[in-house]
Amino acid sequence: MGWLFLLPTFIAFSIGFIWPFLQGLFLSFTRFRLTSDWEWAGIDNYIQAFSDTSFVHAFRHTLLFTVVTLVLINLIAFAVAYILTSKIKGADIFRTVFFMPNLIGGIVLGYIWSMIFDYILSFYGTSIMLDGRFGFWGLVILMCWQQVGYMMIIYIAGFQSVPEDMLEASKIDGATGFQALRKIIIPNMMPSITICTFLTLTNSFKLYDQNLALTAGRPFEMLADGSTVRTTELMALNIVNSFSANVTNRGVGQAKAVLFCILVVGIGLLQLFGTKSREVKN
Amino acid sequence: MKNLSSLRRERAVKTVLTVIFSVISIFYVMPVLLVLINSFKSNNAINMETFSLPDAESFVGADNYIKGMTFGNYPFLMSVLYSFIITVTSTALILLCTSMAAWYIERVGGIIGKGVYYLCVFSMVVPFQMVMYTLSRTADTLNLNTPFTIPVIYLGFGAGLAIFMFSGFIKSIPSEIEEAASIDGCGPVKTFFLVVLPMLKPTLISVGVLEIMWIWNDYLLPYLVLDINEYRTIPIHIQYLRGSFGTVDMGATMAMIMISIVPVIVFYLICQKHIIKGVAAGAVKG
Repeated sequence: MGWLFLLPTFIAFSIGFIWPFLQGLFLSFTRFRLTSDWEWAGIDNYIQAFSDTSFVHAFRHTLLFTVVTLVLINLIAFAVAYILTSKIKGADIFRTVFFMPNLIGGIVLGYIWSMIFDYILSFYGTSIMLDGRFGFWGLVILMCWQQVGYMMIIYIAGFQSVPEDMLEASKIDGATGFQALRKIIIPNMMPSITICTFLTLTNSFKLYDQNLALTAGRPFEMLADGSTVRTTELMALNIVNSFSANVTNRGVGQAKAVLFCILVVGIGLLQLFGTKSREVKN
Repeated sequence: MKNLSSLRRERAVKTVLTVIFSVISIFYVMPVLLVLINSFKSNNAINMETFSLPDAESFVGADNYIKGMTFGNYPFLMSVLYSFIITVTSTALILLCTSMAAWYIERVGGIIGKGVYYLCVFSMVVPFQMVMYTLSRTADTLNLNTPFTIPVIYLGFGAGLAIFMFSGFIKSIPSEIEEAASIDGCGPVKTFFLVVLPMLKPTLISVGVLEIMWIWNDYLLPYLVLDINEYRTIPIHIQYLRGSFGTVDMGATMAMIMISIVPVIVFYLICQKHIIKGVAAGAVKG
């Protein structure tokens, strides 16, 4: 009888994840128009995916974007959490304000920020849609603005778990603030650091809504071989676009999605084990 | 003496920090304030003087709000309604079904339980693009493509985090209470709903908050699954207006964005404590 408790979730999970996942994996090795209309293609789609300049560009762009946001968001969130836990006046209000952007969806955020950037850039006679550098840094600013508050909450919880007596003992022994940070606070906060780097890493890698709403990949660049590269396009957007661009064979899009999936799962696991092992040592 | 002066210095530093953070806070809420301000301005003024307050010339009263209601040949309030229905029913379904499933996984386990658990954890990392096409086809075939049936899809794709958090919590509560209940003659159904579920309350709130924040703002999943000529959630509607019209009516769009933000801000201010706890709890379990 007990298994009836598992059944509803299991059925929905099969419909919503297991079946689409397996079907997607299979279809990535076929040329298909619809899920019922396919022919075997071996690794053709994967070869096409790797030779697609826009995909390779999106991969590099995503990598750069992820590294920049990973570092910035975590440094800022850590610093803000450090200051807010040191009992400054108004800490609660600041916390409320900094977390607020997380409740607004990516599409709406992208829209709001494109208005702001375009107004500021209009003084310099340009637009966020016209220059890839602005598109890149604009998205970085947007992501920091949104995510710093979220990570800050996790870091604040981490700071609260640092044993008070350890800090006091170090103060009596004459440790400077920086020494206490390095030798006591950071080691004790490794769990929070692990989870925050994991979240920012996967969030940045999988980013779609904000990318679509802010620039949708613009500006576009025509290459000598006739293909188009969307300069500010991240991987998720590139994959969605290639599903709709090539309706006679969605296999290429699906193959890209499989590669993307392997990449995200791989990096996620690697990072998790990497920082986890440092946690144990301390 | 030295202690006193260092204390005074520390207090001064803290005051300076408060001032700096106050200034940053103003910049932080600026984007939302800009939406509010611009939703009362004429289109021309929004483009030319985005940062200025409306004056006698640019102030258009509630015009933008009235226009926004039918802008894009779609009743905006229906979007709000659909977003609301989808968010509430999906969250309720996820909370009920995954807490039951997690209880089974933790207390009975077995190969199936363990297998489902690890698959759920795996599904948390898999990017949506991996399943997006096949999932939307499956949803079509099974007629899960309306706001009233899409909760099943959300339960399936969103089960990962919920199962993970519930399992973590159930593991930490002793099973003696449940055993006592079953000795007293409670079947599994009674034990779960009368004994286990009340104990799960803090986690129910945490999971609920995270699911609400995700589903209310989700764009790509409903966009692919729903028939968007008939059903548009708020994010779909806003993106649709932007993508398919040559010149966008900024004023009307600002008004709609404002209407979509207000319930979120109210929800945030009322449930702030739970939201922040939920985020922290989700992180610890994650």
